[in-house]
Amino acid sequence: MNIVVCIKQVPGTAEVRIHSETHTLIRDGVESMVTVFTMGPPQAEAALREAVSYGVDEVVLVSDRALVGSDTLATAYAIAKGIAKIGAYDLILCGKQAIDGDTAQVGPEVAERLGIPFVAWVRKVEEVGDGKIRVQRMMDDGYEVIEMPLPALITVVKEINEPRLASLKGKLRAKKLEIPMWSAEDIGVEEDQVGLKGSPTQVMRIFSPEPRGAGERLEGEAEEVAQRLAERLKVMGFV
Amino acid sequence: MAQHFLTEEQEMIRDLARQIAQEKIVPMRAELDEQEEFPWEIMKLLAESDLFRIWIPEEYGGLGEGIFGLCLAMEELSRACAGVAVSYAGSALGGTPILLYGTEEQKQKYLPQLASGERLGAFALTEANAGSDVAGMQATARKVDDGYVLNGTKQWITNGGEAEIYTVFTITDRNRGARGSTAFIMEKGMEGFSFGKKEKKLGIRTSSTRELVFQDCFVPTAQRLGREGMGFIVAMKTFDQSRPGIGAQSVGIAQGALDEAIQFARERHQFGKTISSFQAVQHMLADMATEIEAARALVYYAARLVDSGDRSASKIAAMAKVFPSDMAMRVTTNAVQIMGGSGYMREYPVEKMMRDAKITQIYEGTNQIMRNVIAGNLIKEAAAL
Repeated sequence: MNIVVCIKQVPGTAEVRIHSETHTLIRDGVESMVTVFTMGPPQAEAALREAVSYGVDEVVLVSDRALVGSDTLATAYAIAKGIAKIGAYDLILCGKQAIDGDTAQVGPEVAERLGIPFVAWVRKVEEVGDGKIRVQRMMDDGYEVIEMPLPALITVVKEINEPRLASLKGKLRAKKLEIPMWSAEDIGVEEDQVGLKGSPTQVMRIFSPEPRGAGERLEGEAEEVAQRLAERLKVMGFV
Repeated sequence: MAQHFLTEEQEMIRDLARQIAQEKIVPMRAELDEQEEFPWEIMKLLAESDLFRIWIPEEYGGLGEGIFGLCLAMEELSRACAGVAVSYAGSALGGTPILLYGTEEQKQKYLPQLASGERLGAFALTEANAGSDVAGMQATARKVDDGYVLNGTKQWITNGGEAEIYTVFTITDRNRGARGSTAFIMEKGMEGFSFGKKEKKLGIRTSSTRELVFQDCFVPTAQRLGREGMGFIVAMKTFDQSRPGIGAQSVGIAQGALDEAIQFARERHQFGKTISSFQAVQHMLADMATEIEAARALVYYAARLVDSGDRSASKIAAMAKVFPSDMAMRVTTNAVQIMGGSGYMREYPVEKMMRDAKITQIYEGTNQIMRNVIAGNLIKEAAAL
């Protein structure tokens, strides 16, 4: 089985480790080859080296000035092209969302681009093999069990696994490994579909939302509370 | 950090061992000590992280980082829990005689298993009446067709019962004294090879210490380690390799205790200020830190010397065991003193460190025997001038 894991280097590495770890769950049961894939600035190489120290087989970095400014749509397009260049794959793993942009869109968009089924919010892979995969999708009130044919894409939540420790052999390999860096041309993207030009979303402003105030609780007999509430609303000019 | 001129690989070993120790071992150590249960879960983690591979040459599935690499890992593991560390090191102690004196076939068979950590090793020399006086050994190996028959009991064997590969020392010719000793590689499960109960100890309580009992236990000649009569040499040469490791364990225990004492002294208030502001406490901390650095430098020097194959390693290796272990006893005792009533309570880790430190003055050759070794070498060297 060929597995591709998409990671994103973000400030603070906790999320990165979770993604690169996810493959272990599947690996223990099947003979497989895991490729970790990322798109980002050249320094994202460090995240790939970390993934190698955990034991992944191959890594690929897609990095090009032409890709700078890509929104989720353009990013998913480029990633899909990159994965297509890797070749045969059975399963693609992505994090549910990155901790910087927080959109949770890229995984599902990659699946759409590749024309394969996907399940988001996976908390457990129950079984994989025989050309299909059965997973648990985390819901607010429990989970759903979903089966789909391979190749497929899943986006996983934190609960899927504990990050494994690096090994010394892995660290030695990570240190020496030459990391292939693919350009926009290498993965064959159309210039007007990536970067700022290919991104319909424009981020106008980034801000931390105002913390919400503590609110006020009115207690007492229903009739009396209703009366006080009405008065307060009147004072505040809502009624 | 250019500390001690470590290579990148050595820094990797230290950093990974430190990460495992702090993230995985520290949260469990009090419970492991209390329950006195063998730390299999942690042994598995150490195996997955390749820590068992460190000292084994690359051709046998190791990383070829020698005794020095092993010492770096030992120091970090011991800083968290000396009981876990000795369980880890016990496997290397059992494997070292195989690396030093094993046939190619024996090395090919056993070293990769020890390197992967799938099987643990153990070293069995001590008996009820043969501790420091190795020649007093009672366990015998009688020559028969195609092999030997072992009879006797080994005492206080680290990893006993948990390990699967044992280097066992016996007497094959009682008339020849120390030269009548022969070593064998024994495997758990051999007919006539059983284990006594797990001993209750003062410290390193998560580690397993058991008797090995041999009752008419047949072993093929292929399991003999080295020639007949070489057992004593096998054991002594093994100790030259392993003693810096006990030094590293001592440095680790002491460092762990100092870490706790400093943190405590900065937080504990008496007479309206932190106790770290009192010169009495400051000077204790200063002496503790200075002694740890001195011991660490000696251990690293000894480990490098052993790895270089230097013939004078025996004396320096003994020094690198005796000084750090005496130091660890002092430092841990002082850590308890600085922390006062808190230090004496099991709620804090230093009383355990003090209990754990004691064994470093006893095993792998008592510190009295170490001084004999050092003095013997000094006199021999002077006579050779």
